[in-house]
Amino acid sequence: MQASTSAIITFEKLRFGWPRQQGFLLDIEHFQVVPGERVFFRGPSGSGKSSLLSLIAGVLVPQSGSISILGNSLSEMNSATRDRFRADHFGIIFQQFNLIPYLSVEENVTLPCQFSALRTRRATTRSGDIKQEALRLLNHLDMADADTIQKPVNELSVGQQQRVAVARALIGSPEILIADEPTSSMDADRRQAFIDLLFRECHESKSTLLFVSHDNSLQGSFDRGVELDELNRTVIDNSSRLKEVF
Amino acid sequence: MSIASLALKSFRNRKFATGLAIISITLSVTLLMGVEILRDQAKASFTNTVSGIDLIVGARSSPTHLLLYSVFGIGNPTRNIDWSSYKEISQHPQVNWSIPISMGDSHAGFRVLGTDNNYFKYYRYARDRRLSLRLGDWFEHADEVVLGAEAAVKLGYRLGDEVIVAHGAGNESFITHDDKPFHVVGILDKTGTPVDRTVLVSLGGFDGMHDDWVSAEGDQAHDPLLGKHIDENHALDRNISAFMLGLKSRAAAIGMQRSINQFDHEPLSAILPGVALLELWEIVSLVENTLFVISVFVVIVGLFSMLIILMASMNERRREMAILRSVGARPVHVFSLIISEAVFITLAGILLGGALVSAIMLFGQNWIAQQLGLFVTLNWFTSNQLVILSLVALLGFLIGLIPGIRIYRYSLIDGMTVRV
Repeated sequence: MQASTSAIITFEKLRFGWPRQQGFLLDIEHFQVVPGERVFFRGPSGSGKSSLLSLIAGVLVPQSGSISILGNSLSEMNSATRDRFRADHFGIIFQQFNLIPYLSVEENVTLPCQFSALRTRRATTRSGDIKQEALRLLNHLDMADADTIQKPVNELSVGQQQRVAVARALIGSPEILIADEPTSSMDADRRQAFIDLLFRECHESKSTLLFVSHDNSLQGSFDRGVELDELNRTVIDNSSRLKEVF
Repeated sequence: MSIASLALKSFRNRKFATGLAIISITLSVTLLMGVEILRDQAKASFTNTVSGIDLIVGARSSPTHLLLYSVFGIGNPTRNIDWSSYKEISQHPQVNWSIPISMGDSHAGFRVLGTDNNYFKYYRYARDRRLSLRLGDWFEHADEVVLGAEAAVKLGYRLGDEVIVAHGAGNESFITHDDKPFHVVGILDKTGTPVDRTVLVSLGGFDGMHDDWVSAEGDQAHDPLLGKHIDENHALDRNISAFMLGLKSRAAAIGMQRSINQFDHEPLSAILPGVALLELWEIVSLVENTLFVISVFVVIVGLFSMLIILMASMNERRREMAILRSVGARPVHVFSLIISEAVFITLAGILLGGALVSAIMLFGQNWIAQQLGLFVTLNWFTSNQLVILSLVALLGFLIGLIPGIRIYRYSLIDGMTVRV
């Protein structure tokens, strides 16, 4: 493992639990991700995968411990700064319903630029303006034909919608891409094609990829697989306690 | 694409539902403003009409009844009063001027008023404005009429035209005095009072059309209704329905009123028009307040229809909010997205409602005047009405806070989880 100074994401003694619920959902002693790494998080539903991603993206705040992203400590930022930080440095792809139904394909792709001057600047440097950059990304993802791009987003197939979401996550080249079970609504052969595409794009934009799924079959091509239950001491404690009971 | 244009696009996406909310607020605001404007204008118009008169005298009856029939042409006198009583009182040293009026006839739905030159000389409305002629002169002979501004326009009469007068107010009078045509000699300027809808003739003309009619009608026995009418109206030489008085000093009005109420010759009532109007407002205030309260509730119902529509879209929005949060939107953006929609719906409803009520007042002027005897003019909203409209806007904003705060809390709790 590399030195902590070069890590893009560092957790130290992180503890997180929902208010009004007993105990912690997540309790992570130490965890690091290096730039350009492709990490696969695995765990059953309810194991805190989505909460972990929300913590990394700065939408949720831990009760104790620190999260440091790109050398910045999230816990030292106020919520407005965290929101801006997220807009600048993260591209996020959800499981489904990724798109705002009343915006066009292009408007959905350029949405992060509305909240980030940095990403607007990067997109403009690359293609001249954000629309051109959106078209370039869509073209890369085989989504740029006139027919597809004109369609209302809710008339696109699930696979097409997810590709638009990838273009949105990639616009303005954020350093970190988070994908929260993005393939769960696709059939098996499309799933691998989608992941290949994601890898290609991440490689090109030199982004770090955090990918969450409960589907182990996808893990093969990633640099590293992380079993959330092994990382999370809460679960270990609970299971050891269970063993004592029986 | 700012939050505002995002809100606009979101709004367009839900235009059917939001359109319905706007319509319901528009209609409720129209009702509320309609009630407010009518009551303001009714009071202003009534007050203007009597503002120059110190006392009104008629046969003994309730003050409001006397006020309504003598000035506003609503209802009829129970009994007429003797010319000699009028003469006696009008010569009282305190009296500055007096205007006799006779009524009971109509022409094509317009009230015919018998009076004399004093009406033109002394009648004042809107505090101190006097009648003026747009065309022609005041009548001098028994067969001449002067038309109120609106009556002239509606009837399409010009100077010199012949006018035939019917008995009894209203369009469907039983009897027409076909044999006694009058000539139009003058047309008055617009006053915004019931004078505009009046056909004015001399007392001589007013009496004369009945006298002539009696002598010309040989076989009145065929129609008992006609005979009865004549007996009632012509038992005495000349009588009039009421008269108005202007005093040398307004302070003398109360003393004068008392002495007229104790008049020996016949039972009379004298009223101070301002006081009688207050009595009238008191009578109608219950109705007025009830109408106002109902229309306020209608507005609340209208605003709640907006709340229902916003709340119904909550699940769908929760998803959108997670997406917006993931690209860097702040919870306050998410909150303002909902609030701006609520504010937009409310303001659109208020503006459209204001426009609709103004249009109704503009195009419904004649209908309102005919049906209610009320002269509405299209004015800019009074400060009172603007306050009411602002309160509606504020209420819309407060109601918008309900879904706004809810989505704000969701956006904090949900994190980036897309709830399905």
